[in-house]
Amino acid sequence: MSAELKVLSAADFGSDQDVRWCPGCGDYSILAQMKKVLPSLGVERENMVFVSGIGCSSRFPYYMNTYGLHSIHGRAPAFATGIKSTRRDLQVWVITGDGDGLSIGGNHLMHCIRRNLDVNIVMFNNSIYGLTKGQYSPTSPLGTVTKSTPRGSIDNPLSPCTVAVSSESTFVARSVDFHTKHLGATLKKAAQHKGVSFVEVNQNCNVFNDGAWSHMTDKDVKEDNVLVLEDGKPMIFGKNRDKGIQLNGLHPSVVSLENVKEDDLLFHDESAESPMHALLLSRMNFPEFPVPIGVFRSVDGPCYDEQLNNQVEEAVSESGEGDLMSLFHSGDTWNVE
Amino acid sequence: MYPVQDASQIKAMISASEELQTNKPTTEIAGATVRLAGDSGDGMQLLGSQLTNTSALSGNDVATFPDFPAEIRAPRGTRAGVSGFQVQFASEEIFTPGDGLDALIAMNPAALLTNVQDLKERGILIVNEDSFASKDLKLAKSDRNPLDDASLSKYRLIKVPMTKLTRAAVEDLGMSTKLADRCRNFFAMGLVFWLYGRNLDPTMRFIDAKFGRKPEVAEANIRALKAGWNYGETTEALATSFHVNPAQLTPGTYKNIMGNQALVYGLIAASKLSGKDLFLGSYPITPASDILHELSQYKRFGVRTFQAEDEIAAVCSAIGAAFGGSMAITTSSGPGIALKAEGIGLGVMLELPMLIIDVQRGGPSTGLPTKTEQSDLLQVLFGRNGESPIPVIAAQSPADCFDVAQEAWRISTKLMTPVFILSDGYIANGSEPWRIPSEEDLKPITVTHPPAIAEGETFLPYQRDELLARPWALPGTPGLMHRIGGLEKEDLTGNVSYDPENHQHMTDVRSQKVANAAELIGDQTVQGPETGELLVLSWGGTYGACATAVQQCQNNGHSVAHAHLRWLNPFPKNLESILKSYRRVLIPELNMGQLKTLIRSQFLIEAIGFNKVQGKPFGVSELVHEIESVIA
Repeated sequence: MSAELKVLSAADFGSDQDVRWCPGCGDYSILAQMKKVLPSLGVERENMVFVSGIGCSSRFPYYMNTYGLHSIHGRAPAFATGIKSTRRDLQVWVITGDGDGLSIGGNHLMHCIRRNLDVNIVMFNNSIYGLTKGQYSPTSPLGTVTKSTPRGSIDNPLSPCTVAVSSESTFVARSVDFHTKHLGATLKKAAQHKGVSFVEVNQNCNVFNDGAWSHMTDKDVKEDNVLVLEDGKPMIFGKNRDKGIQLNGLHPSVVSLENVKEDDLLFHDESAESPMHALLLSRMNFPEFPVPIGVFRSVDGPCYDEQLNNQVEEAVSESGEGDLMSLFHSGDTWNVE
Repeated sequence: MYPVQDASQIKAMISASEELQTNKPTTEIAGATVRLAGDSGDGMQLLGSQLTNTSALSGNDVATFPDFPAEIRAPRGTRAGVSGFQVQFASEEIFTPGDGLDALIAMNPAALLTNVQDLKERGILIVNEDSFASKDLKLAKSDRNPLDDASLSKYRLIKVPMTKLTRAAVEDLGMSTKLADRCRNFFAMGLVFWLYGRNLDPTMRFIDAKFGRKPEVAEANIRALKAGWNYGETTEALATSFHVNPAQLTPGTYKNIMGNQALVYGLIAASKLSGKDLFLGSYPITPASDILHELSQYKRFGVRTFQAEDEIAAVCSAIGAAFGGSMAITTSSGPGIALKAEGIGLGVMLELPMLIIDVQRGGPSTGLPTKTEQSDLLQVLFGRNGESPIPVIAAQSPADCFDVAQEAWRISTKLMTPVFILSDGYIANGSEPWRIPSEEDLKPITVTHPPAIAEGETFLPYQRDELLARPWALPGTPGLMHRIGGLEKEDLTGNVSYDPENHQHMTDVRSQKVANAAELIGDQTVQGPETGELLVLSWGGTYGACATAVQQCQNNGHSVAHAHLRWLNPFPKNLESILKSYRRVLIPELNMGQLKTLIRSQFLIEAIGFNKVQGKPFGVSELVHEIESVIA
């Protein structure tokens, strides 16, 4: 049958619905990269499901020519759990945002990740509530002035990747809407990972939080402010690739390559068994550090959906497929003539 | 150090035990209501379920009412820690666990003081007199010893030194006193079994199955059981034992079943009959958790259970499974249903089949977790934002849960809608004989899915059949890719639509679709005269008490009929004409008048409520009293 497969293009993955994000929104870039990557995965459109919660990002499924479920606020991981637990043949994507995934849905995100459900979670992080018109979000920096925080926000922000690593995610990555090639490649790696994949995409909301990631996207500064992670390679960054990350005890620091040899830099190891390496990367924040992008962590682990279905298969192979009549007649019974 | 080291010796002991026969006179009775009360942790529930099973196996009709505190181990000896189990067994068909007690077994002062008021005059009162020391009385907050004064003189008080006798029975096994005292409930069981002429064998088999791996414990329990029986046979305090003949039930094979278990059997049957693997998304909550426990054992039936991180994830995972094509279920009780409300509303919008099971308990808020109530009716009907209709079916008894589960799934798949099943703590933990259906009794549940279509053809996910149900298109089907969600749908295409006329139309359609269930559920039946003075209208777990009370009133010559509602939404088509055929309508409910409110608003009749929320089921006598005072 595979010989007959029609070669699909990005356009084949677009639905007939008009996209209704604001002009200039970073979500367009993520949608374009997703449509570009999907044809290369070898999965038919009918075997893909996009599940989302509520928020700007969560309109995503409507624009995909796959199966889709636009659910309720924060709960997409729970819907995905029901789908993947019963339909392992489907490739399931969860589309969420920083408010949807870390605020109202923080609990589900954490539990979906720790179960290592074999789904791909993409969090569009714009550090603002867009669809409700501009309140601060759980990733907004301290002091963010918004409609609901006129004197500045006073609660500490969360790092999505820290949450993912701390929840034992077997795959954690970060990319940026403007870095289209990097974004596409990251989504593909997430799709190919068996087990839960968590991807934070730093995405610009040009209406309510324009420029939140400009330090990572402006031409003049981005190379000095972004650390592109490459597995097995030393951590080097900067316009002239003259800076690196060195580890002193548990503390990373930025060093100049004039003083430090490449071999003495911290080397990236995405398959490190301990999550400490990835955790450390997730704690590197601008402006003290360049912001790491790429795959933080990618390790193997048993998947919830696979184990659940294995238990069913084991039960059947141990005691045979269930028979209603023998179930009903099990235990103490009596006859009335 | 124990003389018995080997499980096979226990087995030999059991098989060698010939049935014990009493040499005392036996009095034949039609039935009895017995309550066993002690500390939670004293094994009263175990004792009760053994007495129930043994009575059922001897052919009696049985009905039970376990009543236990929310605390796992409340402080020993206190009133808060009293756990009770009531059973009625009879030689005729019965529908309730009985009102007044014929016998009460009280293991300590707290159990005595909190239960004795339900004992009939001249009723048998068996107490463990070893647990009435001053410290026990203090724990029960009693300033006097009720065994020493005249307060119990209207009962047949039988004081048994159960602790001493149990210790003596197991003495040479070398157990600690603490372990020996744990066998007391089996001593009490033996005595009760003697009193009602029960065979010890089923309980001995039970002991072997439960304690077989600890032969010394098994033997100690068997000895205590037999010691209790022998005490009955020898004590001068009990001159005769009782005998209850088998009941004339419909011929067939029976099994004693609790409501939650019957529900599980019904769900598994519905899963098999519809060819849909069962998925349960659930979060532990009293009194619904046993459904999760029980279903998780049946993986060989293709059952997948998911203990979610919370109630919300539980319902959402079920909707995900429904989208994927499974028989999706979520189970909870009142507080959990409140948390699920938004998810259930999405289920209404998506128009996917699923079952939402609410095993009701006392509310509001955390309320009375282990006590029964019917106060979630309005919540399940209206507890969601927007116009959000859902069919609602209520089980009437433990065994009825088996049929309700299948009927609910049939309607859910036929109409592509979530369906609520209402049970309650009384049904969930109560038990009664269930006639096991034959293969032919089980009717297939037909479920269809639209087939693949070719590229270029259009699939309309919200195109409807004659009952207004939409197609259940499964992911994985080529050509049927579609997106659904909580935003209002455009008719036919399912695309997002904010069009005013469309929203009105879709709201009307969702409402009419649920109303169409009335075409499938059949007519309401009535027990008693077709017209007359009074109709008693009931629903859910009060069925047994209402049916029995109405029957008694009819026997007393009153013009009263009984209609018991199975579907609360929609109502049967002929309900209005039935309601209007009687001069008055009385609606007894374990809430403050929820069905009454619905009936009044929908049919504009002056229904009378009889309401109570005391964590207990209705007694037959209070219903009879109410019916007679309404008629008078």
